[in-house]
Amino acid sequence: MLVQVCVGSSCHLKGSEEVVELMQKAVAEHKLEDKITLAGSFCIGKCNRIGVTIQVGDKTVTGVTKESFADFFAKEILEPLGLSNK
Amino acid sequence: MRKFDTKVQHLKYKVLREVARQAWNDTLLDNILDIPKIIVPGKTPTMRCCVYKERAILAERVKLAMGGSKDSRSAVEVIEIACDECPSAGYEVTDSCRGCLAHRCEDVCRRGAIVFDHQHVAHIDKSKCIECGACAKVCPFTAIVNRKRPCQVACKIKAISINENNAAAIDEDKCISCGACVYQCPFGAISDKSYILNVIDILKAAEQGKEYKTYALVAPSIASQFSYAKLGQVISGLKQLGFHTVVEVALGADMVAQAEAKELAEKGFLTSSCCPAFVSYIKSSFPELVQHISHNLSPMGTIAKYIKETTGNSKIVFIGPCTAKKMEVQLDTVKPYVDVAMTFEELQALFDSRDIDITQLEEDVLDNASYFGRIFARSGGLSDAVAEGLKEQNLEFELQACACDGIEECRAALLKKSKNVLQANFIEGMACVGGCIGGAGCLTHGVKNRADVDKYGREAMEKTIASAVSCLPQVHRQDDTPAQ
Repeated sequence: MLVQVCVGSSCHLKGSEEVVELMQKAVAEHKLEDKITLAGSFCIGKCNRIGVTIQVGDKTVTGVTKESFADFFAKEILEPLGLSNK
Repeated sequence: MRKFDTKVQHLKYKVLREVARQAWNDTLLDNILDIPKIIVPGKTPTMRCCVYKERAILAERVKLAMGGSKDSRSAVEVIEIACDECPSAGYEVTDSCRGCLAHRCEDVCRRGAIVFDHQHVAHIDKSKCIECGACAKVCPFTAIVNRKRPCQVACKIKAISINENNAAAIDEDKCISCGACVYQCPFGAISDKSYILNVIDILKAAEQGKEYKTYALVAPSIASQFSYAKLGQVISGLKQLGFHTVVEVALGADMVAQAEAKELAEKGFLTSSCCPAFVSYIKSSFPELVQHISHNLSPMGTIAKYIKETTGNSKIVFIGPCTAKKMEVQLDTVKPYVDVAMTFEELQALFDSRDIDITQLEEDVLDNASYFGRIFARSGGLSDAVAEGLKEQNLEFELQACACDGIEECRAALLKKSKNVLQANFIEGMACVGGCIGGAGCLTHGVKNRADVDKYGREAMEKTIASAVSCLPQVHRQDDTPAQ
């Protein structure tokens, strides 16, 4: 599954760097390196007032912040992979 | 409000704007022969001896606006009929010579080339003169002048000669496409080829639903350009033109600084690879030093490669101050990543061809790079960034940078290196004086440009190279073609 974190100017100013870091950590923690291809994307075209846009496969999720990241990861990454029960 | 330094630039701009307008409207082929008359209507000449010559030259400019000659590799071309065949005799004594007693000119000339007529007026014996200029310097009446063609003065690598028609001719094997002659020729007889039609094709296809995203990569020297508007308004203008988004080439510069610091610490000596004209100059004039050229792509190539590798179906247009980039994008190593290179001059023409007044637009944001990536636009910035890259990565290497701007300084450093007498382990080579802010494709050049770039650098949200680069996740490839 391709997961692209928006690192375009607008998202970058709203915390892409932290979200990318959290994402890399979470992928490593759950040993998902074989299942997830992580990449940056310059503007997914869904600039939001808060947070960062992330493209998960065909789905676009907006407004991810470092605070909401854990929820996002559980719901949008682990759940579709059938790994939601820790 | 002045958009350009010179009227030559303005004329080139008018041609580009008209060609672009016709292209947007799909009427270029129908109206191509009328463009000169659209630009110079009526019967009264405004620049040359007659309107017919003006239009004949404009027809040549139209050709250049459409990509110019396909045969030459260089990004610049001479418009032979526009060349005024300037005097090129070298040092000459003018009417200002008063036939004085002191004869300093005679004393200073080591070749005995100064002779006097019966009215004691000096003359230069061209069979003896070596064009050193010593006589001109000592004449109290400044009566001795150097009649050299501005293009030849501008071309520090001596790639311009005079052909059998007495017009300027460029030696393509020597030319590094830096554009110095383009900016300096007072008659606008040398011009860079333009690929704006390719840009328009890409944007139009995207508008008509072609499945790709168009990226405008802007060089950091943009901080010193479009000074009549805000940078954020330029970004809005680019999006209005149809670009999906705008990315800072300075982020590519951050990536280069990080990699270059590592490579330098490993190898012990490097010459930079950011400036395509400098790299081309090493290849043509110092082949023995080619081994020392950094293996990094330029910042443009580096960030474009990242985008192309992470985003399927993308088209990338570089926008900068540089004519040599037009040559760089043709290199096999860069071709796969950058689709077109254009200049700030051409961007102004594109804005106006669509009647986009950027001063009326809201300010969008541009923030991808760190302070260090951004200051690549001015001389010394690359060296500062490499020093920072060494520090951030805890690499034990004492950087002794030799930052050269202008191809003459580059030549001096390379010459020393080739003789093994250079007191430095890193040559930052920028072909334009001042660095990229001195580029021939800039709208304006001024003393404030360097300060503008530094200010733009300080405004970056990311303060270190590592933090800017860490935004880009490591690409874990599952297969070779990541889906969009």
